[in-house]
Amino acid sequence: MKIRFIDAEAPPASRIFENLAAGHGDHPLDRYLKKGRIPHIWCSGCGNGILLAAFVKAMEKGNFDTKKTVVVSGIGCIGRAAGYLDLDTYHTTHGRAIPFATGLKLANPKLNVVVISGDGDLFAIGGNHFIHAARRNVDITVICSNNFNYGMTGGQGGPTTPLESKTTTTPYGCSEHPFNLVYLAKASGAVYVARWTALHTHELRDSIIHSVNKPGFCFVEAITPCPTAHGRRNKLGDGLSMMKSYRDNSVLTTELDPEETAIGLKGKIAVGEFVDIDKPTFMDMYDECAICRANAPKKSKKS
Amino acid sequence: MSYWRMPLDAVRREIVLGKVNIISHRCKGCRYCIEFCPSNTLAESEDFNEKGYHPPYVKSDAKCVNCNYCETICPEFAIFVTELEPRNLLPEDVVKTQSRSRRRTRRE
Repeated sequence: MKIRFIDAEAPPASRIFENLAAGHGDHPLDRYLKKGRIPHIWCSGCGNGILLAAFVKAMEKGNFDTKKTVVVSGIGCIGRAAGYLDLDTYHTTHGRAIPFATGLKLANPKLNVVVISGDGDLFAIGGNHFIHAARRNVDITVICSNNFNYGMTGGQGGPTTPLESKTTTTPYGCSEHPFNLVYLAKASGAVYVARWTALHTHELRDSIIHSVNKPGFCFVEAITPCPTAHGRRNKLGDGLSMMKSYRDNSVLTTELDPEETAIGLKGKIAVGEFVDIDKPTFMDMYDECAICRANAPKKSKKS
Repeated sequence: MSYWRMPLDAVRREIVLGKVNIISHRCKGCRYCIEFCPSNTLAESEDFNEKGYHPPYVKSDAKCVNCNYCETICPEFAIFVTELEPRNLLPEDVVKTQSRSRRRTRRE
C-alpha cells in the first residue's frame, strides 16, 4: 500500500535535540520523571522500564493528581522506580513497603497510595505484610514486578522461582514449589487482582488506572523478563526471545479459577483480570464498628 | 490494509498518520520496538550510539499509523510518536491486483 505524506509538518528536529544536552530529554513522559535521572540503571531488555512507562502512562491517561499520588517502593531492581518518578516517593527498607504505605493511607486518606515493588520484596521478606494488608482491605494499590528471581543480588532463587529452573542458589534446578501470586492475593482477600506480562502494555496501563480509582486492596502482577539473571541461566535467550515467548504462550482469560493459574518455567501463562469485587475497606469498617460505638451514649445503669 | 476498489465511503474516512521520533542516545538496543511494531516501520541501524548499541531508525516513515505501541513498549523512554494531520484515501492507495483467492474460479 502506498501512503505518502501530504503537507503535514512534524515538530522541528532542532526543538527535539536542543534539550537533550541538558540531560532532560524532550520525551512527552519526561515531565513525570526526575530531571537528570534517565537513563536508568536497568539492563538492556529489562521489563521494569516498561512497567514504569505503563505507570506514567496511567498517570497521564487517568488524570491522577501528582500532588496526591504517592509511590512507595521496597528494595530490588524495581525499587529504583521510586527514585525516577517526580512525585512524593519513598524508598523503604526491605519488605516494608506495604506497612509504610498503610501508615501513609491512614494518616492522610485523601492520598492515592501506590506500592511498586518486586516479587522477592513483597512475597518473601514482606510476605506477612502483604497477606495482612489484603485481609484488612487497606485502600492501597500494589503493583508487583515478577521476574522469578532476585535479580539485583545476582539471580538467587526466590518465592516465585518456578520448579526446575536454575538460579545461583539452585544450580541443579529449583526443588521448591513457588507461590501463585494471583491465587495468594485472592485468598488473602484482595478486591481486584490482575496479571499481565510486559508485552500487554495497554492492558497494564488500564489495570493500573482502574485499581488506583477502586477503593480497597488492589493487586496487579506484571511478569517482566530478566534476561541477565533468569533468562541466561535457564537458556531462555535474550529479552526479545523472552518477550516472544510471552506473546506465544500468554492466554487471555477472565473465567479461569485463580487456583489453576500457576506459572511454570515454560508453558502457558494465564493473563487477565481474575477478581473484581466490592468490599468495605479498612477505614469504612473502622469508622462503622469502632469509632461510632465508642462515641455512642453509654447506657445508664438502673439501680 | 489494501483495497481492491475505492470504498464507497472513502470521502468520510481518514488515514491516521504519525511521525516516529527516536532519542538515540538513550537506546539500549533491546529491539522491542523493531520487533513488535505492527506496521513494520522501524529497522536496526548499523551505526553505534554513545553506549555502543545499535539504535533503530525509521525505515519507511509513511507506514506509521500513530498506534503508540513503540512508545509504551520502550523501556528507556527513548522513542515517541507525534500525530500528524490525517489525510483522506486517495486513488493511488487502491491496489489493482486481485487477491489469490479471488483469482481462482471453481472450474479450475
